[in-house]
Amino acid sequence: MTTISKVRYSRRSLLKSGGAALAASTLPAPMVWGQETKNITLRQFGTGVSNLNEVATKVKEDLGINLEMTALDTDSVTQRAATQPDSFDIADIEYFVAKKVWPTGNLQAMDASKIANYDKIVGIFRNGKLTPESTIAQGTAPHTVGFVDGPGGTEFVDNESGWMTLIPTIYNADTLGIRPDLIGRPITSWTELLNPEFKGKASILDISSIGIMDMAMVCEAMGEVTYGDKGNMTKEEIDKTIAIFTEAKKAGQFRAFWKSFDESVNLMASGEVVIQSMWSPAITAVRSRGIPCVYQPLKEGYRSWGGGIGLSASLSGMELDAAYEYINWYLSGWVGGFLMRQGYYSAVPETSKDYMSENEWGYWFEGKESTADITSPFGDKLAGAGETRDGGSFYDRMGAVACWNSVMAENQYMVRKWNEFIAA
Amino acid sequence: MSKQITAWLQAAPMAFVLLGFLVAPIIMIAIVSFWGATEYSIYPTFQLDNYEFLFSSPVTYTVFLNTFKYTAITWIITLLIGFSVAYFLAFEVRSLKWQIGLFLLCTIPFWTSNIIRMISWIPFLGRNGLANSALISMGVIDEPLEWLLFSDFSVILAFVHLYTLFMVVPIFNSMMRIDRSLIEAARDNGASGWQTLRHVIMPLCKPGVMIGTIFVTTLVMGDFITVRFMSGSQRANVGRLISNDISLLQYPSASATAVVLLCTVLIVIALLLRLVDIRKEL
Repeated sequence: MTTISKVRYSRRSLLKSGGAALAASTLPAPMVWGQETKNITLRQFGTGVSNLNEVATKVKEDLGINLEMTALDTDSVTQRAATQPDSFDIADIEYFVAKKVWPTGNLQAMDASKIANYDKIVGIFRNGKLTPESTIAQGTAPHTVGFVDGPGGTEFVDNESGWMTLIPTIYNADTLGIRPDLIGRPITSWTELLNPEFKGKASILDISSIGIMDMAMVCEAMGEVTYGDKGNMTKEEIDKTIAIFTEAKKAGQFRAFWKSFDESVNLMASGEVVIQSMWSPAITAVRSRGIPCVYQPLKEGYRSWGGGIGLSASLSGMELDAAYEYINWYLSGWVGGFLMRQGYYSAVPETSKDYMSENEWGYWFEGKESTADITSPFGDKLAGAGETRDGGSFYDRMGAVACWNSVMAENQYMVRKWNEFIAA
Repeated sequence: MSKQITAWLQAAPMAFVLLGFLVAPIIMIAIVSFWGATEYSIYPTFQLDNYEFLFSSPVTYTVFLNTFKYTAITWIITLLIGFSVAYFLAFEVRSLKWQIGLFLLCTIPFWTSNIIRMISWIPFLGRNGLANSALISMGVIDEPLEWLLFSDFSVILAFVHLYTLFMVVPIFNSMMRIDRSLIEAARDNGASGWQTLRHVIMPLCKPGVMIGTIFVTTLVMGDFITVRFMSGSQRANVGRLISNDISLLQYPSASATAVVLLCTVLIVIALLLRLVDIRKEL
C-alpha cells in the first residue's frame, strides 16, 4: 500500500514536468508515505498570500488529497487559529502568531524525522542563521518559536529538538514601497517616511503588530529612539515611538493608513501616496498596471516575516498521515517555485529551482539581470529583460533583515497606545 | 379559546425570535464584558477592569466625542436634505404617479451595496480624482484639494449619501398623511407659505422626523466601516474601537465598549422619544 502511493507520486511527477527527474530524486527512497490518501479532505486556512487555489488543484493532481482553502486577513487568521480549533486541519499562519496560538493547545507538534527535506530547510528556520556567519535579527525570529521539547510540548525551545511547531512555507523581507516617478530622487533610509517633503503623501499600515515595527525602524534610523530589542519593546520605548508618529500624524504627514493589501495597492497606484509600508505582491500589483513602483532596499535593513503550516491538534490517523504527505509535497518544489515566481521565498529553495526557468531563478533568487521577460505564475508581466530584482539576491535581502515581525511582552500596552495613535 | 390567549400565541413567534437572536446575544455581550482576556483566550471571571480602563482612557472620550460629532453633523444635513426632498415629493409634485416614480428614483442607489456606494467616492475625491481635476480645469483651484478625501469631510459626505433616504422615507410618509384641507384652511386664514410650513406642516411631520432621526443616529453611531474607509483609517469612532479589539482577540474589552455604546444610544433615543410621543402621533 505505502509503496504504491510513492510510485504513483513519482510517476506523475515524471510525466508532468521537465525537471521531474530531479524532483523525484529529491524524494528519499526509504520514505514511508501514508495510506492511500485519495479521498481525504484537509481544511486549510491562512492569509491570501499562500492560500491559492492553484495549490489545491495541484495537490489534488499529485497526491489526490482534497484541500479546502480559506483565505483570511492576518488578524482573522490569528482569531481562527486561537478560537476555532475544530474549523481546520491545517493552519497556515505567521511565525509571530505561533506565539499567541501555541499556548491554546490547538496545534500539535510535528515530527521532523517525517519531513523528507528537513535538512534542506533554510537555516533561518532551524538555528536562526542564514549562513553560519549571520547574526540573528531582533524580533520573533522564526527559530525561536519553531520548536518545542516533545510531541506534547508546550514551551518553545531554542534548539532543533526534532519537534516543530510550524513547517516554514513562505517568507520575505519587507521594506518601504515608493513611486520613483513622483519622488524623483534616491531614497536610502527609513527616515524618509517621516520626511516633511512627503507631507500628506506617506502611509503606514494599520496592523499594530507590524506597523509598530515599521515605526521602530524609522525612529531608530532617525536616531530618536535606541531600542534594546525592537521586537520586544519596553513601555518607555513604545511611548516614545508612538509619540513621534502621533506628532507626524497631527502635522499631516500621512494621507491614510491601510489595513488590507488592496488598499495599499490603490493608494500607491492612484498617486495619493508616494512612500509607504508595503508588501511585495502589492508592488507587483502596482507594476502590473504599468505604474512604476520600487520595493526600495534601505540601508537600515528589512523587516522580515515568515509563515508556516501547523497541524491541528485534533488531526490523527489517516488524516494526519495525509497532512504529512501534503507537507512533504509542499516542500518538494512545485509550490516553492510557484511562490518564488511571485517574489516570495520558499523554505527549501533548492527544490524549487527545478520548477523555475534559469532566467526566473537568476532574477528572483540570485539577483541577476533577467535575460527575458519575467512573468508571474498568473501570466502578468512583472519585469522586462535586463532588469534586476529590487534589493538583489536572496542572500543580500534575507541577509539584511533588521527585525522580524513579533509579539511583544508588552503587546496589550502597545495595542492600547496604537489605538490612541489612530484616534489622535 | 379566549381572545387573550390567541393574542399571546400570535405574538409568540416574533417574541421567541427576538429573545433568541436579540436579547440573548446582548445578555451574552454584557456578561463577557466582565470577563478577562489574555493574548489568545478569554476566561470567565467577574472583574471591572475592562470598564475601568475604558473610563480612565482619554482615547475613549475623544472617540465618543468624535462619534457624537459625526452623528450630529450627519443628522442636521440629512434632516435638511430629507425634509426638502420629502416636501418636494409630497407637496410640489401633484400626480401620484409622479410621486411614486420620483420616490423610486431616490431608491435606485440602494440597489447596490453600502460599501460599493461608499468606496466609489474614493477615486472621485482623490488627489487626482474627478472632483479635483474638474475644479482645476475650470480654474477654480490651482492645487488639488487635499481635504476632499481621507478627512472628516469625506466621512460625513459618505454618511449623508448613505443615510439620507432613511430620513426621506419616514418624513415623506408623514407628509402624505397630512390632511390637505388643513393647508387650505391655513391659507384661507391668511397664513403665508412659511407660516403654513412652520405651524402646520412641521408639527405634523414630527413623528416622521423622529423615526428618521432614530435611523440615522443609530446607523451612524454603530458604524465602523465608513469611518475606516473614508478617513483612510485616520479617524476613529466607537465602532472602530470595538472592531480593533475584536481583531486582537480582546473580546471582553470589545464587549465592554459595546455595552457602553449601546447604553449611550439607548439614552439618546430615550431623550428623543421624550420630545415626541411616536405612538400617539402615529
